[in-house]
Amino acid sequence: MAISTHESVGVGRPGGTPPPGAAVRRRSAWLGQHMGTAALAAVIGYTIGHYVGNSFANGYENVAASGQNDVSNVLALTLAVVGWLLGSGALNYPIAKLVGREPAPETEETGVGRFFRYSLDHKVVAMQYVIAVLLFLFTGGLLAMAVRTELLSPTTHYFGPGTYIALVSEHGTMMMMMATSVITGPIAGWLLPLMIGSRRMAFPRVEAFSLWTFIAGYMVILTALPYGGFPTGWTGYAPLQTQASGGMDSYLVGFIVVGSGMIAAGFNIAVTIINYRAPGMTWSRLPIFVWSLLAVASLLALATPTLATGCLFGILDRTAQTAFFVDEHGGSSFLWENLFWFFGHPEVYIMALPGFGIVGEILPVFTRKPLFGYRVGAAGMLGVALLSFFVWQHHLFQSGINPDMRPLFMLTTELISIPTGFIYLTAMGTLWKSKIRFEVPMLFALALYFNFLLGGISGVYLSDVPVNVTVHGSFFVMAHFHYTIMGGLIFAFFGGLYFWLPKMTGKVMNKKLSLIHFWMMFIFFNATFFPLFIVGLLGQPRRVFEYAQRLQGLNDFSTISAYLLASSFIVFTINFAWSIFIDPKPAPANPWDSLGLEWQVPTPVPYNNFDRIPLILADPYHYGEPVHTPVADLGVPAVALAGAGGGGGGPSGGLGAGAPAVDGEGGASDV
Amino acid sequence: MPVQDAGTRTSGAEPRHARRIVIMWVIAAAIADPLFYFLAGPHMPPGDMTSSAAGAQFDFNVLTMAALPVIIGVWIYGAYTLLTWRAGRGGPDPVMTPTSRSNIRIQTAWIGTTTIVVLSAFVFGTVELVVPAGAGGGEGPQPIWTPTSKTILPVQVIAQQWKFTYRYPTYGGFESDKLVIPDNTTIAFHVTSLDVIHDFWAYQLGVKADANPGTDNVAFTTTRADGKVTVRCDELCGIWHGAMYNYGEVVPKAQFQQWATSTEASLTAATKLLPPFAWSYTPSANGAGGSYYPDNVDAFSKTEVYGAGAVSAKTADQKSS
Repeated sequence: MAISTHESVGVGRPGGTPPPGAAVRRRSAWLGQHMGTAALAAVIGYTIGHYVGNSFANGYENVAASGQNDVSNVLALTLAVVGWLLGSGALNYPIAKLVGREPAPETEETGVGRFFRYSLDHKVVAMQYVIAVLLFLFTGGLLAMAVRTELLSPTTHYFGPGTYIALVSEHGTMMMMMATSVITGPIAGWLLPLMIGSRRMAFPRVEAFSLWTFIAGYMVILTALPYGGFPTGWTGYAPLQTQASGGMDSYLVGFIVVGSGMIAAGFNIAVTIINYRAPGMTWSRLPIFVWSLLAVASLLALATPTLATGCLFGILDRTAQTAFFVDEHGGSSFLWENLFWFFGHPEVYIMALPGFGIVGEILPVFTRKPLFGYRVGAAGMLGVALLSFFVWQHHLFQSGINPDMRPLFMLTTELISIPTGFIYLTAMGTLWKSKIRFEVPMLFALALYFNFLLGGISGVYLSDVPVNVTVHGSFFVMAHFHYTIMGGLIFAFFGGLYFWLPKMTGKVMNKKLSLIHFWMMFIFFNATFFPLFIVGLLGQPRRVFEYAQRLQGLNDFSTISAYLLASSFIVFTINFAWSIFIDPKPAPANPWDSLGLEWQVPTPVPYNNFDRIPLILADPYHYGEPVHTPVADLGVPAVALAGAGGGGGGPSGGLGAGAPAVDGEGGASDV
Repeated sequence: MPVQDAGTRTSGAEPRHARRIVIMWVIAAAIADPLFYFLAGPHMPPGDMTSSAAGAQFDFNVLTMAALPVIIGVWIYGAYTLLTWRAGRGGPDPVMTPTSRSNIRIQTAWIGTTTIVVLSAFVFGTVELVVPAGAGGGEGPQPIWTPTSKTILPVQVIAQQWKFTYRYPTYGGFESDKLVIPDNTTIAFHVTSLDVIHDFWAYQLGVKADANPGTDNVAFTTTRADGKVTVRCDELCGIWHGAMYNYGEVVPKAQFQQWATSTEASLTAATKLLPPFAWSYTPSANGAGGSYYPDNVDAFSKTEVYGAGAVSAKTADQKSS
């Protein structure tokens, strides 16, 4: 391993070492580059692109005299994103290197301003991600409320059909974009280096790039609405895509933008896990969450380029008048379906696996038992990742393409339930003869298992070709993937937030509000989506604004539950704002009494995470032993490992047994 | 790694948890499965109006019979462990045993069981797909699993933004905006589209096939009973996708014959204005004219392949052109 365990100045600091003795000149933060300059540059880029596009492609409007010109749309959005990256400072380093200059050294940043800048500190990037992801999630959620409102009545319409389909498409696309990063961004970005004993991600600039493209993608996909929306749903099926008006450009550019961030994140996570593990962090000591991230990283890096390629073809079809997807000119609408779903199915495991990883971390802490079947669980995640590349045509069972291959895709799809079953095996084995503490993160973890059971089993119906004839494209599918993505990933995300926020922010969330949030979210999530299984079976297709009169009761029940589900997020937002910003209460260094390495560092976590690269001694699941095996030698003599039996249980061993627990900066500044 | 109390499974008064859970599970599953199959099963969608609908209903019920014990098992296990070993009941912290981290027997049994269940589901699904000739799903332009019936009625489903129309090639290729089909007959739906991707979902018939431009997607079913049919578009096709539905009817054979021949006669003039019958159509490059080129006018005749006795598609083409 290339990492020295010795203390050496500057090693592993993001951006390299400042020259020794050089006086670091600090300018006022507002003179530097930050979100404001990024937004300004984006607006300038948009204007230039729009002007240039109109100047040479004027007269190629999709709809005559609409003022909408796909060339100018695409150029404007692309240059806006380039401007956003230039203005934020994302490109300073590569440009400086390109012209042969040594870029300015990066120094540790303090103050609130760092959260608005292109930060290279993975902990700052992760907190930026938390806010970005919540913004993305709640925007998509508001659109969902609009969709459910329209479905209150089969005959009375609150929106026109064009607005309705734009809302549906915008909701689906935003949520899918958000879900790719909802855990790999905020939670993994914060935890991964800490969990493997590293001082940083392998490529801090690339991590920040993922974040800033993620925010750019949010804005690009929002521009679809003023462009008139797009009518294709998140799947963007092709002849309709070619036919659609200006909003489609936002979809295509947006997915390329978010996709480049996903590809970057995939490589970054994989390289970090493979190369930045501390000495002693063998593969069999890796936390299960890190295994899930390794699986996800491979999917992000390998599947997303297919989507970006497909979107590029789409853009060319719409601007340069190529015919990749145009049947009558020699293209094929099947091409988009294949390119899209070859990405699209690994994508759904990008959205499932990190959730499994999080509950795998939460369960041992709140059962006081080691994770059961650790190896099987890790193998299961890799197995899911591998198999997910061989199932994409189950989305096309009724499309008429490769009908004789349907049994094969039925087999591969059903095989995925074997490694997914491992996730349940690990959970059920861990619960056995344990001591279960029903803290809020644990409740979210248990809810994931409840929801994902229904989501996963409904997936077996969908994989069965004869039953698929009835359920394909109906609300049954829609309920199925909300049960897996929202019931799985989003529950895991909130469980992870409640679990790690005390470490990330140093503040505790209000427990009563957290419990209200959980129970409202759990009950009304199920009340919203379970009826939709029945609605689908009774013949309601997805994405319709008119449906059979007899289905109104179930739809209304679902809509009202959806409102209450949304209000649970208001509770969360109040709790979050109150507990983190308005009336913060300091959190203990290890409130859940966890053995994980990330809990053994002081709160707030120092800029470099570890003063000395730790020496890993054991995996973090040594619960239930009379003397805890310490997870790592942190090289902090005479300071109790904050985790080993902290909390209320008293010190129960470890390297610093018996010493008083030191919280906060004390431990770090002593050294 | 210090390990104490190795192998304490049941110590003294400790109840035999595993046996309790299994007993509860067996009883619950034994009640739930027949209850579902006999009470709910016959009413499960999409009914039994056709062979493929009945097949879908049967498959759905079989899958549910397999799924219920799994769901019930996990629920009972979860409820039992959460109630029995909750921290609120007090008791000592769990002690590490050799089986806390892994138990080869349980893991092997788990993997073996899930594999057997999954492979059975695959075999069952494949048989149910192949034997009933595609189970009502779209089988592409050259279906490999075809019905054995000698008299197959071909019906072409033409989807366009935002309506369905139906052409009857064996009746001169006339076009109707209502789907009428005879009972106790094997039907071959030839689904195609004139613009974007649609999906022909005849709910009560248990038929679903994507309508792709330039492609002939074939789905088979055999009607059993008379009744009304709802046809919905099941693939997002633009802003009026939600309003793209119409109704059809399964009627007695004689009534169908009477309807088809009289409609063919009354629409003779209109049929002449249509593009000659073809398995798919390409929009005219001139766009606004609204005309369509027939593709594959004399391509392989699929109706002959299925052995439809009456009139082959070829003669239908000659008649109309």
